[in-house]
Amino acid sequence: MAINVYVPRDSSALSLGAHKVAANIQAEALRRGIEINLIRNGSRGLFWLETMVEVATAKGRVAYGPVMPKDVASLFDADFTQGAAHPLNLGLTDEIEWLKKQERLTFVRVGITDPVSVEDYVSHDGFKGLKNALAKSGAEIVKEVTDSGLRGRGGAAFPTGIKWNTVLNAPADQKYIVCNADEGDSGTYSDRMIMEGDPLVLVEGMTIASLAVGATQGYIYLRSEYPDALVTLNEAIANAYQAGYLGDDICGSGKRFHLEVRRAAGAYVCGEETSLLESLEGKRGLVRFKPPLPAIEGLFGKPTVVNNVISLATVPIILDKGGKFYQDFGMGRSRGTLPIQLAGNIKQCGLVEKAFGVTLRELLYDFGGGSASGKPIRAVQVGGPLGAFLPESQFDTPLDYEKFTEIWAVLGHGGIVAFDETVDMAKMARYAFEFCAVESCGKCTPCRIGSTRGVEVMDKIIAGEDHAKNITLVRDLSDTMLNGSLCALGGMTPFPVLSAMNHFPEDFGLQKGKAA
Amino acid sequence: MLDENLVSIDKHIETHVNVPGALMPLLHAIQDDVGYVPESAYTRIAKALNLSVAEVHGVVSFYHHFRTHAPGKHILQLCRAESCQAMGSEALESYVKKTLGVDYHQTTADGAITLEPIYCLGNCACSPAVLIDDQVCGRVDIDRMNEIIAEARRA
Repeated sequence: MAINVYVPRDSSALSLGAHKVAANIQAEALRRGIEINLIRNGSRGLFWLETMVEVATAKGRVAYGPVMPKDVASLFDADFTQGAAHPLNLGLTDEIEWLKKQERLTFVRVGITDPVSVEDYVSHDGFKGLKNALAKSGAEIVKEVTDSGLRGRGGAAFPTGIKWNTVLNAPADQKYIVCNADEGDSGTYSDRMIMEGDPLVLVEGMTIASLAVGATQGYIYLRSEYPDALVTLNEAIANAYQAGYLGDDICGSGKRFHLEVRRAAGAYVCGEETSLLESLEGKRGLVRFKPPLPAIEGLFGKPTVVNNVISLATVPIILDKGGKFYQDFGMGRSRGTLPIQLAGNIKQCGLVEKAFGVTLRELLYDFGGGSASGKPIRAVQVGGPLGAFLPESQFDTPLDYEKFTEIWAVLGHGGIVAFDETVDMAKMARYAFEFCAVESCGKCTPCRIGSTRGVEVMDKIIAGEDHAKNITLVRDLSDTMLNGSLCALGGMTPFPVLSAMNHFPEDFGLQKGKAA
Repeated sequence: MLDENLVSIDKHIETHVNVPGALMPLLHAIQDDVGYVPESAYTRIAKALNLSVAEVHGVVSFYHHFRTHAPGKHILQLCRAESCQAMGSEALESYVKKTLGVDYHQTTADGAITLEPIYCLGNCACSPAVLIDDQVCGRVDIDRMNEIIAEARRA
């Protein structure tokens, strides 16, 4: 019987040569007359071990990594298709400590199944949530999601059930489900891993959302920087149509839902929901004034659910196991789990899905193993380019929306970027303004002009020009942007700027422990 | 612009004209096919979608992804975002600019490579990252960069 061999098609694995590893395995197996069934799975999320190759054995799946294309022949020499010993043998995948310590709910299938196979998806509990949803009324589905405590995982943390309820109760001849897959935050890649590793869970989540609110058309707005995710998503959607999970008669229920992927075009601001809707309509991605909320007047003026990939991909397990099951994870008002992404200067970068409450220190050191460079970690930025920089003294903060708000920081989309002691925080503050200037949609003045003025003022501070005056000016400018911007881009750029200045004053020519 | 480009652009317009929110998918189709969105096509696009030429120009110029001029044979995009900065992307950036003799948005003298900045490829677990055409590369050091450039010049 053919032996199942797994080589990820996740783009991070591909960026390290996974296609070549797969090709070499195929060729070597053919040459040696060993019958294998090569499956291109998603990534388990242990990126320092990619390309991680797995083999199905009687005891379970055995992992090998990091496998370079040149290692393939020696793997065959050692009989790796039987799970045999080899310097790269990592043991049974399920026994890897890094994975065992996690609570994978949203990511339960990622890295395990063939991402585009409906059959594999169903055999791993896929579409169970949809089946349950088909037996419920819209209001009952919304109640289940509300009871779960799920909050928007894109960053704003707005309760998903409440958003859905607004759309459910908005009368209209046409409603839409829009998935925000414009994952632009640096340090985040969990959306990408879902779309490349288990895209059918997103299809299922969006279909459930359509049943809940009475929508018949869905769009996935995917960033153009993710060419591999585009391929995987389109394959998965085509297969779902073929198997009757999308289309005019979902699972024979007579309910209709159509889904397509739309490509973004490299504008960070289009991750903001109203800007995204403008873009989907074929316009410049200018942020809209709110109200009206997209839930009332969204895409093409119709009631629209706009949710992040992770929020939608978490819905199937909630409908499968119940709102209570999901709600039992987490702390305070942050219920369930968060897929956390370790990035930047970290030894063991990867995807850690944990219940809320885990601390930054556990993530950085227990999971991350400290810095990649071996130098002390000096600062971490949590929540993307608009997130605050945190110093070591705040590493014991538990990941919880409210706890982060208390220290003037955000969890955002759960990305954590670490910097070692070589980082220059004044340069990082300047970069925050620069990024805002590059990406501003231009609609509101604080963001459009403030960002450029911010770069100029930071240049003067770095050059030591009129130092005290410019420090005051940058604080004043930040205040204007915080309170006067139309959306989070201008409104949150002061988070990285001011947190850098407050926690690392010495980099700004200020006295330590006495920020101006 | 070559006549054959206009013919293929008309074909894309025809396929997209009845799609809701047609402009973005249409611009992608044109750029995927021709390599850029020629300004000479604006009038035809505008007419087909019942827009003004200014609106078409406004959309093309808003998005970093769309180009109005033919790029080099290959497009090399360097990630400038924080995670890559934490892993030394700035040094890589200056090396690439020096080696290729170009700044961002420029094409090498031999027409082989157009250099562009990009803000996050979602490959932050393997920083620094670059994108060569549609291929993401991770943990790119100077040696790997040299290979990428050499490969692009060969192909």
